[in-house]
Amino acid sequence: MKEKLLEKLRSKRNDSILTVEEFRGDVVITVRKNDLPDICRFLRDDPELRFDCLRDVIGVDQYRPEDRFEVVYNLYSLPHNYRFFLKIRVDEAALTVATVSDVWPSAEWYEREVFDMFGIGFEGHRDLRRIYMPEEFEHYPLRKEFPLMGIPGSLPLPQK
Amino acid sequence: MMATRTLPENRILQALEDQDTTVSFDDPLENEMVLNMGPQHPATHGVLRLVIRLDGETILGCVPDLGYLHRGYEKLAENMTYFEYIPHTDRLDYLSPLANNVAYVLAVEKLAGIEAPPRAQYIRVICAELARLASHLVWIGTMAMDVGALTVLLWGFREREKIQDIWDIFTGVRFTTSYTRIGGVVHDMTAESIQATRDFIAQFPQKLGEVERLLLKNRIFIQRCEGVGVVSKEQAIALGMTGPILRASGVQHDLRRDQPYLVYDKLDFDVPVYNDGDSLARFYVRLEEMKQSAKIVTQALDAMPEGPWRTDNPKKVLPYKERVYSKMEELINDFMIVNFGINPPVGECYHAIEGSKGELGFYIVSRGQGSPWRLKIHAPSFCNLQALPLMLKGQMISDVVAIIGSVDPVMGEADK
Repeated sequence: MKEKLLEKLRSKRNDSILTVEEFRGDVVITVRKNDLPDICRFLRDDPELRFDCLRDVIGVDQYRPEDRFEVVYNLYSLPHNYRFFLKIRVDEAALTVATVSDVWPSAEWYEREVFDMFGIGFEGHRDLRRIYMPEEFEHYPLRKEFPLMGIPGSLPLPQK
Repeated sequence: MMATRTLPENRILQALEDQDTTVSFDDPLENEMVLNMGPQHPATHGVLRLVIRLDGETILGCVPDLGYLHRGYEKLAENMTYFEYIPHTDRLDYLSPLANNVAYVLAVEKLAGIEAPPRAQYIRVICAELARLASHLVWIGTMAMDVGALTVLLWGFREREKIQDIWDIFTGVRFTTSYTRIGGVVHDMTAESIQATRDFIAQFPQKLGEVERLLLKNRIFIQRCEGVGVVSKEQAIALGMTGPILRASGVQHDLRRDQPYLVYDKLDFDVPVYNDGDSLARFYVRLEEMKQSAKIVTQALDAMPEGPWRTDNPKKVLPYKERVYSKMEELINDFMIVNFGINPPVGECYHAIEGSKGELGFYIVSRGQGSPWRLKIHAPSFCNLQALPLMLKGQMISDVVAIIGSVDPVMGEADK
């Protein structure tokens, strides 16, 4: 299945595949950020691939000067019983990614979670609000600069 | 009479003075109403808050509000070693802590390239299935109670209590077990705990049959669940639903069978699938699953080989405690693992198990350090709750509890 997936992706968009990694049997394919919606739609609709489930959207803060963030899409194909991970890199200067919630409706909450935790915006998202933290919270807790103990005064507490 | 208060005073006075004046009032039942359910509503099974827009008794729309139990477990994981995180997984889905322990250590083992010895793998299967039974027993009780059958709650909890007694014997605690270790389990399953498990499984089908007869011959229960909260196969896949409620919508998917882990490929069990997609179908799926779990536990107990229950890998796996106290090498290894962690290689991988609520997975990004660089929990309750607005739309207000009960969310997991 991995060979077929790569062959299909290469014939569709060879220039947008940046890296293909495999670790412990998990395939991670990094693609160009701008081609994401096209590739996702292709992966879902192609009769030989049919990645009909988006299982998760994972934000990662790599804490490096360029392409600081990564967004990983956990894709699963029920007909083929195959899972792989699609990855894009997001630079801190341009913190927006096109939404895939119009391709897989399940992305709606997953993208809200990534927005809540990392501050990565999703363009075209129907309802991009924080999902866990309070609406007026200003920080993004899963970024590496956010301390484990929290930031004093960031949550309104009753006065002594 | 309520509506008159909103009229301008002079018009009311005019109406009183002049008998020919007619004043029309808005019918309060024609207005939409917003109802806040939760976070402290008993039928929401935890701290789930639903904002529901109602037209009379019909639900027009629903917005779930999560985060009341958000404890930041993903952030905590980045600041502790792989071993230290095991007790935190108990607190995710607190109804099946043993299954969470198993799911987490399997992900770490995949990352570090360790495999547990055969005996430990069988013990883990028994753990995961007992956890599924315990979780489903709570679910069957609470769901039946939500639609009005209180007896089943007591019977379900009585059976779950027996499982917790078994856990007490073989993990040492009843609830927050933290039983698994990377590369194996804490201690062996003793003859006493094996016998206790066998005794429980021997009487379980009969007790479950009693519950089944009580509910499935109950017209009120059937009528309150049938045709309520229907999700079609296509919608279930698109919304990312997992676990029993996905199988209740006619999707043949169970990770134990489709991507086998541990020793599930050596065990014989069926995956129940129903096509209706309503609350009753979800009830049937879980009921059948419990029977299958009992079958799996019996098989695993029979097939369990003798041997070590923790693999021999001094740099990655904690040594047996009695050797730590008597041997120098083991003491050094124990010290290194506890203080600096196991340092798995650089890379990222994902491992998921079929938990009681659905696909419970951990995506771990490692930079070769003692603690994960990033750990993402794929929580089935979170995914399943996303389908709630669809299930509730067009239903009656009294169906809300029947639908939430059939989804069986655990907020400790959904809110992480």
